[in-house]
Amino acid sequence: MPEEKIRILIAKPGLDGHDRGAKVIARALRDAGMEVIYTGLRQTPEMIVEAALQEDVDAIGLSILSGAHMTLFPRVIQLLKEKGLDDVLVFGGGIIPDQDVPELKRLGVRGIFGPGTSTDTIVEFVREEIRRHRAGEPRQ
Amino acid sequence: MAGDARALARLISLVEDEDPSARAALAILYPRTGRAHLVGITGAPGTGKSTLVNEMAKVYRRRELTVGIVAVDPTSPFSGGAILGDRVRMRELAGDPGIFIRSMATRGSLGGLARATSDAVKVLDAAGYDRVLIETVGAGQAEVDIAKTAHTTIVVEAPGFGDDIQAIKAGILEIADVFAVNKADREGADSTVTALEMMLDLNGTQVGRWRPPIIKTVAIRGDGVPDLVDRVEAHYDHLRDSGLLARKEEERVRDELVALLQHELTQALLASLRPGELDEWVRRVARREADPYAAAQSLVHRRSR
Amino acid sequence: MFDRKELERIEADRRRWEDTTLKESLKRLPECREKFITVSGEPVQRLYTPADIAGVDFNRDIGWPGEFPFTRGVHPTMYRSRPWTMRMFAGFGTAEETNARFKYLLKHGETGLSVAFDMPTLYGYDTDAPEAAGEFGKCGVAVSSLADMEILFDGIPMGEITTSMTINAPAAVIWAMYLVAAEKQGWKMEQLGGTIQNDILKEYIAQKEFLFPPKPSMRLIVDTIEFGSKHVPKWNTISISGYHIREAGATAAQELAFTLADGMTYVEWAMQRGLDVDEFAPRLSFFFNAHMDFFEEIAKYRAARRIWAKVMRDKFGAKNPRSWWLRFHTQTAGCSLTAQQPENNIVRTALEALSAVLGGTQSLHTNSMDEALALPSEKAVTIALRTQQIIAHESGVVNTVDPLAGSFFVEALTNRMEEEANRYFREIEALGGVLPAIEKGYFQRQIAESAYRYQREIDTKSRVVVGVNEYVAEEPLEIPLLEMDREGERRQIARLQRVRAERNNEAVSQKLAALEEAARGTQNLMPFIIEAVREYATLGEICDVFRKVFGEYREPVYF
Ligand code: B12
Ligand SMILES: Nc1nc2c(ncn2[C@@H]2O[C@H](COP(=O)(O)OP(=O)(O)OP(=O)(O)O)[C@@H](O)[C@H]2O)c(=O)[nH]1
Ligand SMILES: [Mg+2]
Repeated sequence: MPEEKIRILIAKPGLDGHDRGAKVIARALRDAGMEVIYTGLRQTPEMIVEAALQEDVDAIGLSILSGAHMTLFPRVIQLLKEKGLDDVLVFGGGIIPDQDVPELKRLGVRGIFGPGTSTDTIVEFVREEIRRHRAGEPRQ
Repeated sequence: MAGDARALARLISLVEDEDPSARAALAILYPRTGRAHLVGITGAPGTGKSTLVNEMAKVYRRRELTVGIVAVDPTSPFSGGAILGDRVRMRELAGDPGIFIRSMATRGSLGGLARATSDAVKVLDAAGYDRVLIETVGAGQAEVDIAKTAHTTIVVEAPGFGDDIQAIKAGILEIADVFAVNKADREGADSTVTALEMMLDLNGTQVGRWRPPIIKTVAIRGDGVPDLVDRVEAHYDHLRDSGLLARKEEERVRDELVALLQHELTQALLASLRPGELDEWVRRVARREADPYAAAQSLVHRRSR
Repeated sequence: MFDRKELERIEADRRRWEDTTLKESLKRLPECREKFITVSGEPVQRLYTPADIAGVDFNRDIGWPGEFPFTRGVHPTMYRSRPWTMRMFAGFGTAEETNARFKYLLKHGETGLSVAFDMPTLYGYDTDAPEAAGEFGKCGVAVSSLADMEILFDGIPMGEITTSMTINAPAAVIWAMYLVAAEKQGWKMEQLGGTIQNDILKEYIAQKEFLFPPKPSMRLIVDTIEFGSKHVPKWNTISISGYHIREAGATAAQELAFTLADGMTYVEWAMQRGLDVDEFAPRLSFFFNAHMDFFEEIAKYRAARRIWAKVMRDKFGAKNPRSWWLRFHTQTAGCSLTAQQPENNIVRTALEALSAVLGGTQSLHTNSMDEALALPSEKAVTIALRTQQIIAHESGVVNTVDPLAGSFFVEALTNRMEEEANRYFREIEALGGVLPAIEKGYFQRQIAESAYRYQREIDTKSRVVVGVNEYVAEEPLEIPLLEMDREGERRQIARLQRVRAERNNEAVSQKLAALEEAARGTQNLMPFIIEAVREYATLGEICDVFRKVFGEYREPVYF
């Protein structure tokens, strides 16, 4: 039956090869009924944004454990703006020190999930954010 | 529209979600379709379809042709979700505005394509992409749907993926216009070629009929891919020059119309039933008080009465 | 170890016990869970008895330390003669900062060095490459040229300490830098001891730091093995690693089996090159993980030694007993450590370290309590080092060799590990060996499966992780985290530019051209790399030559 599937891009920007978490998240989202496009490793922000555009995803989940998030997250956000994709939900996880979270949120990263987060929490977050977006509710 | 990748991407989603507004858009686009050469790529999992698509796209780009790509992966029957991973193999195409890649999940449809694939292909066709490459799921069996959707179907075989003659699936001859024996850097490629040749010989040759060429490729290095592309192009010329293209198109339209009719009529019939009417029949059939044929007949006729 | 009559008597008694004592007890006090499993998901019985090791022959299967099959250890006296090497994996920011950390650790009783490189270095890029944006020094120390290596070991006698370097695809280049830096300190190659990880197979499988396709990568490795056995005889030219396989999500048995299968593949390749197995096999070393399941880990190490000894002697025909030895480094499991209540990690690490010691490790890294937060701070790393020292000097476990031998449970688990590994070997064999299995995604799929299962166990609370899904407390973080020199990157890039300006650029081009030509042929590349490094050709420049000649590898993705 017609239904608006949730489509999500899970991406590994930069050189970081830690993909255990990203794969776990991709699977959890899949098992929650979503369509997950997995980019593979060593993606540039340009590649990620292009894929998000062509795949018309509702959300981009970035996974970084290498510490390069303050360079790579902002770049992805900036490119999304340039392409007019500012309505795409951006969230992420990995090793992100607490002190960097406020700045990332200010830039527009909607959720950041560190080690120990249950995948159920992440699935719930994605569903809720996308439900609200589709219902036309503003993002606070 | 080719300029607006965003709108294109959005429209494909609407098509996939069977959104009512997609119909109107497709209707408007329809006259502009029918220009692209549609090429299907099918074959068992892991034979190198995505890698080949990547290399073929590079060859087309060198020839200054634009390329749309639709890559289909299976939807999990348990969760309804999917992980779409074909794109990973096509990373070298990133950043080229003459390329558009779209991943699709089957969403329950069998036969190697999603229900919306042919409409998504129309959208890319109308958007002006010169070639549209369609990678099927690769379920390992002959995928008939792709032969109906594409003008030219490439069947990818690889040594070590069931290369003996029995394993080359029956039915593959009906769908293959071109064979790619990929991973030719590996042992056994020649025997795969021989097995295919023998099969084609058994099938007999007729003058004027297209005999599927067999091309050895090494997709990871791009070897043999220009040749493969030449043969794919030659097949299209053959279709056009022999008048088969028009015939094929009519067949395709016929199938499509019939499928649409089935869908429409079923929807209309189901919508016309009293609440619970279907369930009643279901129960009766399940209890063996009626047979399913009789049930179907009486539901259909109840309506025409 | 028990005769049949004895076993029958024990079995009878067991049935009696089950029908009486146990039954009674279960009525009053049922067990908490229906199934008890290890961290790897393997079932554990309520009780183990001689019946569970009925097939064990003491001399054949357990035997004597220092003798085939080495189940009890590779040395007859183990830690009574020499404690394991306390080797803390360290590196961050610039060479200067890491040099200071090395000296700090040595001062506090560390007995060997271990270098962590930053992401660009691990991937063969110089600090100023576009690919390196944002990654400088974040995950280890940046080494772009010989100049950095000289600073890294400044004031450290390279011929007297052994150094382990976690470097893989560009290992030959980094090793060459080490050799030349040591030469400049006045040491001869024969005097140098240490390890390069240099294990590319597990990169495709787990760590993902591959650069080139498998075949040229394997060639580079065999080149280093060959060069080492001729010129740097005390160097371990490869550290065949299960650590990363385990951290990517594998079970203990998968870690064991996949690692040993990789090891066999290297032996096969080196023998195909025409090397004598007894010439290089004594320099092969291993690297395992120490996860939380205490006994399962100990069984894994014991089984590893036994399997390897048999494989080397019986499959590869090695004659030198040293070729039969499986010597290994251990690192405690980073993935068992939590961001929540980080102090708890000290306890986890202590337990894991203890299992490595009871399993007979040759060297050990203990993770710091801030593992899930950042690279280790000085305070955190000191506690981690002290943990090893406490085990070595206070716990008494070093007083006897292989103290757990003969435990019904441990011996039964050791046997099961060996059986499991053999089952995996057969599966890999059926796929055509390790390289085809990598291409078919066999390992990657197995590991992803195990990782997901483990995650779901935690999500559903069927596995308790203290502070994460039980005994949770919302406390603010109270431990200090590592602070790095904010100017480090700028200084590193300035140095790199100075190196490029001041070196003899004509000589560099010449050496790089010679390297390229050799790479297209079949000669051993080590001498060419050393020549280029000596002229201060950078890591990125040398790896670019390889990228050009060998091509770049892209991984297939499997779930
Ligand atoms: C496992 C591991 C490895 C494995 C990786 C295997 C693999 N294929 O993934 C191995 C051993 C290979 C490895 C290697 C290295 N590692 Co490591 N590794 C870890 C470790 C111990 C656990 C990570 C993990 O997989 N956890 C399990 C998964 C399920 O959790 P997770 O990834 O955190 O994901 C959860 C959340 O973060 C979040 N999440 C993650 N991604 C995403 C994405 C989205 C969209 C969302 C919503 C959520 C989300 O949800 C997940 C579920 O809870 C961490 C420390 C730690 N305990 O966290 C260090 C750590 C990440 N590694 C580190 C380092 C330095 C390295 C190396 C560079 C070491 C070196 N110098 O050689 C190499 C580089 C490897 C590479 N190619 O990139 C550092 C990074 C330092 C920093 N950022 O400041 C850490 C923090 C350890 C440390 N303290 O030093 N590592
Ligand atoms: N040796 C060799 N390997 C190849 C060749 N072409 C592709 N491969 C490898 O085969 C594996 C599968 O390639 P893909 O392109 O993902 O195959 P696919 O048919 O699209 O796979 P699915 O979409 O999963 O069905 C990858 O590891 C490729 O690198 C080739 O010509 N030679
Ligand atoms: Mg594919």
